[in-house]
Amino acid sequence: MTAASTSPMIRVAGVDKFFGPLHVLKNVQLEVPKGQVVVVLGPSGSGKSTLCRTINRLEPIDSGVIEVDGQPLPAEGKELARLRADVGMVFQSFNLFAHKTIAENVMLAPVKVRKTPATEARKTAMELLERVGIANQAEKFPAQLSGGQQQRAAIARALAMKPKVMLFDEPTSALDPEMVQEVLDVMTGLAKDGMTMLVVTHEMGFARKAADRVIFMSDGEVVEDSTPEEFFSAPKSNRAKDFLGKILTH
Amino acid sequence: MSVLTNHLDLFLYTFGQTLQLFAISAVLSLVLGTILAALRVSPVPVFRGIGATYVTVLRNTPLTLVFVFFVFAYPLLEIVKIEPYTAAVVSLSLYTAAFVCEVVRSGINTVPVGQAEASRALGLTFTQMLGNVVLPQALRSVVPPMTSTMIALLKNTTVASGFAVVQAGSIRDSLSEAGENVLFGLLWVAIGFVILVMPLTYVQQVFEKRWSVAR
Repeated sequence: MTAASTSPMIRVAGVDKFFGPLHVLKNVQLEVPKGQVVVVLGPSGSGKSTLCRTINRLEPIDSGVIEVDGQPLPAEGKELARLRADVGMVFQSFNLFAHKTIAENVMLAPVKVRKTPATEARKTAMELLERVGIANQAEKFPAQLSGGQQQRAAIARALAMKPKVMLFDEPTSALDPEMVQEVLDVMTGLAKDGMTMLVVTHEMGFARKAADRVIFMSDGEVVEDSTPEEFFSAPKSNRAKDFLGKILTH
Repeated sequence: MSVLTNHLDLFLYTFGQTLQLFAISAVLSLVLGTILAALRVSPVPVFRGIGATYVTVLRNTPLTLVFVFFVFAYPLLEIVKIEPYTAAVVSLSLYTAAFVCEVVRSGINTVPVGQAEASRALGLTFTQMLGNVVLPQALRSVVPPMTSTMIALLKNTTVASGFAVVQAGSIRDSLSEAGENVLFGLLWVAIGFVILVMPLTYVQQVFEKRWSVAR
């Protein structure tokens, strides 16, 4: 077997990161095998979003190793852009391109980065928008859509690059409660189709239902790494028990 | 009125020259200024340094001194010979580019960081990100200050009078040679500039309207 087929999709080893004097990631170890869905939980400020953003180098790290599909993250430049094209990312605040229609948002990267002909890119875009259930919004601008629709469009935009892995950075945290489910449904569908996913979220239901593994972070450290059943029924650490106690009581 | 009618050819010709100086310098300074702004926001520290130094030097130097350099000092270097007219175009373009750069940069800063992050996350290169995502959105907020910069450029072309380049600013000299009433002549020059600036203001309104909708 070749190294690429045995290596995990994401490997994070001994990663440290500081924001000034603040130690936000402390010797973080994490592996995400191909096809697995890993949910990262933890209180605010525990470093889970930062961890997610380091994997495509939106945040550079101070020490340690991050590999995507067996390849270490290159420094800023063309190489890094190529790697990022294979790593889909979905943001808390959607970040759809405000001056482009939904269809244009989905088409932009395939046309500019993959050099896909525009007609083909549009066809793929429409299929993806169909898949996330907003094909009828294709010609509208992002500001004309609801939050849930915008986030589904953002997922379609990421999928248009046919990524090897998808990173979700609190994808439902900026949504009104009634719109959370429509986004989670799309994500659950992706997980079922075998997409490798790293999901930072506060949605315990999604973690229970769709995750293969749950990572619990606190104060920049990975405190627990277990299956959802194990984590929710019998958390090992006091910090996890405390966290679950706070969120599951209401 | 007789000052204008007796010298209509002079007025038309010099204002034509002014427009030409303006048009060439406007295009050059917009291109150079945008490149400089890209340098100033680039991830490479050396590029940022070059951009910042350029702006500091050119923006802090009086335009007349920039002219003096290119008309008198630069020929002494004996690199490429340039006519006073070319020297005027170069001076106006380089000087105005510093202001254009800052206007474009302030426009870039109005675009939320998330837009650039999303572009990077999709694998767009820095130039693709600027060209396809950030600059198109920056344009909207850039229109009013950019119009002001261009109006300043149009009026700055008169500085060339002191350097043997004929344009609307040199009408005074010609009129005083012809023994005309210089003050009335200058009044007509002023009216000429007011008329020239009006279309720029109109263009600003058109762009502001067009780009306020598309988002």
